[in-house]
Amino acid sequence: MPINILMPALSPTMTEGTLASWLKKEGDKVEIGDVIAEIETDKATMEVEAVEEGTLGKIVIAEGTEGVPVNDVIAILLEEGEDASALSQAAAPAKAPQPEKRESAAPAEKQAAPAAAPRGETASAPPPVKPAANTDVPPAQRADGERVFASPLARRMAAQNELDLGQISGSGPHGRIVKSDIEAALEQGVVKAAPAEAKAPTEAPKPAAATAAGPNAREMADLLGMPYHTAKNSGMRKTIARRLLESKLTVPHFYLTVDCELDQLLDMRKQLNAKNEKAGIKLSVNDLIIKAAAVALKRVPAANAAWTEQEMIIYDRVDISVAVATDEGLITPIIKDADRKGLGAISAEMKDLAGRAREGKLKPEEYQGGTFSISNLGMFGIKDFAAIINPPQGCILAVGAGEKRAVIKDDAVAIATVMSVTLSVDHRVVDGAVGAQYLQAFKALIEDPLSMMI
Amino acid sequence: MAETSFDLIVIGGGPGGYVAAIRAAQLGLKTAVVERAHLGGICLNWGCIPTKALLRTSEIYHYMTHAKDYGLSADKVGYDVKAVVERSRKVAGRLNGGVGMLLKKNKVTVVDGEGKLAGKGKVSVAKDGKAVGDYQARHIIVATGARPRALPGIEPDRKQIWTYFEAMVPEEMPKSLLVIGSGAIGIEFASFYRTMGAEVTVVEVVDQILPVEDAEIAAFAQKQFTRQGMKIMTGAKVTGVKKSAQTVTCTIEDAKGKTQEITVEKVISAVGVQGNIEGIGLEDLGVKTDRGTIVVDAVGRTNVDGIYAIGDVAGPPMLAHKAEHEGVICVEAIAGKHPHAMDKLKIPGCTYCHPQIASVGLTEKKAKEQGREVKIGRFPFVGNGKAIALGEDQGLVKTVFDAKTGELLGAHMVGAEVTELIQGFVVAMNLETTEEELMHTVFPHPTLSEMMHESVLDAHGRAIHI
Repeated sequence: MPINILMPALSPTMTEGTLASWLKKEGDKVEIGDVIAEIETDKATMEVEAVEEGTLGKIVIAEGTEGVPVNDVIAILLEEGEDASALSQAAAPAKAPQPEKRESAAPAEKQAAPAAAPRGETASAPPPVKPAANTDVPPAQRADGERVFASPLARRMAAQNELDLGQISGSGPHGRIVKSDIEAALEQGVVKAAPAEAKAPTEAPKPAAATAAGPNAREMADLLGMPYHTAKNSGMRKTIARRLLESKLTVPHFYLTVDCELDQLLDMRKQLNAKNEKAGIKLSVNDLIIKAAAVALKRVPAANAAWTEQEMIIYDRVDISVAVATDEGLITPIIKDADRKGLGAISAEMKDLAGRAREGKLKPEEYQGGTFSISNLGMFGIKDFAAIINPPQGCILAVGAGEKRAVIKDDAVAIATVMSVTLSVDHRVVDGAVGAQYLQAFKALIEDPLSMMI
Repeated sequence: MAETSFDLIVIGGGPGGYVAAIRAAQLGLKTAVVERAHLGGICLNWGCIPTKALLRTSEIYHYMTHAKDYGLSADKVGYDVKAVVERSRKVAGRLNGGVGMLLKKNKVTVVDGEGKLAGKGKVSVAKDGKAVGDYQARHIIVATGARPRALPGIEPDRKQIWTYFEAMVPEEMPKSLLVIGSGAIGIEFASFYRTMGAEVTVVEVVDQILPVEDAEIAAFAQKQFTRQGMKIMTGAKVTGVKKSAQTVTCTIEDAKGKTQEITVEKVISAVGVQGNIEGIGLEDLGVKTDRGTIVVDAVGRTNVDGIYAIGDVAGPPMLAHKAEHEGVICVEAIAGKHPHAMDKLKIPGCTYCHPQIASVGLTEKKAKEQGREVKIGRFPFVGNGKAIALGEDQGLVKTVFDAKTGELLGAHMVGAEVTELIQGFVVAMNLETTEEELMHTVFPHPTLSEMMHESVLDAHGRAIHI
């Protein structure tokens, strides 16, 4: 029997992905463990390994296809001795192994059944009539599992056009996705890079759209003849947009800033790096900051927490998400158990994670989770900034540049290397005093770096 | 000294204006309404409401004259025109007082007089030619409504050629009547007078009565009216009138150019309404108008900052409920909220003739003109238990669906009580339901509303009771 290769779920929340590329051709021999394809999710590119051996008989989903639902057949593997004629066998049940879809279709059938069958005659009841084409639209979910509110018409139009409702923002009451949102999404999807001249300013601007949904950058650019080109929103871009908007809109942020003197820490780093040069260890300031942030969390565990409506979650382990800029956008690989790891381990792990992050090759478990985030823009000379909390976490530490500043010591002006850090805090779970205690602990560790070795 | 400075002044206290004022007050704006005649405007005083009172009279009269059909006897059934009109006026008066109370309760200042824009942020009010005062407001909403349009050569003289004003307060029942125009106003008066016993002729220039309605519904209604003894001429126009002491002789030309003369006691001119844009200072401020109405954006803003327009004066459809909704949207935008723009395709329309007409959305023809593939559902009143029990078995519920998406594009109904039914479809359309949700909805039995369900089922080949 030919074997169906299904679209894998690379993370618990993944519902669909892009088939980025095929690394095997039809007719190629496949061994267990061979990488046969690359799948791109909203955050990363992952390799699909063969779990059975055989010959790649047919590629069902062409490379570059977006929005392939999890568990859809992407290719068919022929076992030894089978030839292409066996393919028809596998093609038929292609859509069968989809537990999710079956679940959602069942309640609809249950509803229809009593209507069609008089009581007590269930045995001879005719099969329920399907009202119309495409009615088995599964309830849409956002990537984080939240229910998406959309009108029935919008839902059906999205299904007919293979749009992911989770990626569309709603303009209806309470953010409900309505027909016009689908139409807008379709329009944007079709329009690749409209030349600015195409729509010259006409005498009557479109006040309807402008007032209902606020000024749209494209409309305004078209109206005023501003030159521009467009770039497609990648899955990662959309995820960043959605999550950070959600955070900024729903999380009550407040901000605490403290200055830390770095001279001792820089000295210590120099010594450690000199001693370990042969071992190939070169600690960065950021590695030390990760360690300090983690140890400080251990000392003020109330800051290592997250809010839920039911109860607060206080994490027992310190997992630091570190923001890494990539060409695609921002991603936050995690140093797990960072307070218990040595500086060498943190440094090595960070190099590996950051490198793979830039290649888009992180595994979901390497960037999902984390209990506290650090974003460091010091290398760009940024003095101080406030970051947006990375939900569902409770805090994020924004790290500025270490620079020589005039400080007052013993009533005299002195020079010290100073770094400003700003903690963004979710006030629902962490109060000002706890945030301040945390920064105090952090500052103490940075300014007396040997103490973080204990 | 009375207050003269406001956040918002609304010129015109009709359904658009007074609703806007109340919403503004709810949102904390200091608000005034300037009204020259009656609070509630035409709708409440000379339109929607008093005509419904008259039509209720004709409906009951119809049942009394058909008492035998229900096993009842009613001899010497008659009426007193004066009392009929008096009731209608009382209904209007009661509601007019109600609007005054609502405005007072919401602390809206009412200025009695005719308002005029006297510059940006300024309104001057005069009553009977005498100045009442000058008022200031950062925002001014023009809600001056509309008035009957007149055909050249057939201008209403208000004695023999009536507008809706005179038709609403007849001193005696005319024996014969010619109605020019078969829109909602024309058909309602034609239906009222015909039921009360007058010989009624309706002349419509286009080739169907109720021109905005679905052709099938209009044809169904026309058959009913003709059966009631109404004479209907479509594709015909009145080219001239000759008045004598007691009668008016109308020359009517049909589509082929053939003319005939009809002599009647009264003529009702119901050829539409036009916006009241004159003499209110729009020109001096440079407010843009187009074909008799003020040009506005989706939330009622004109081209002049701080000047807004809503309701009939802001363009069709000229309906009270559209004006009210526009008023609310406009005020919410003024108050810095972000209201959803109104979808004019989802504004229902109701005509209270016998049988009633109600509709929302696209007609079958319009949907097809848009290049859509449609599914059409029909269900006749003869298939509905409640309709038969009511003795009202003539009617039709028609639904128009987009064949591809299942979107309910339009619903069109003729028959008893359909004006009370249409809102079910309006809600469905606003929630963007498809046929699936409508099919899954349980409609109570026995009601006329079951026909709405059946019509949806029929559009998909699943109607049960036909």
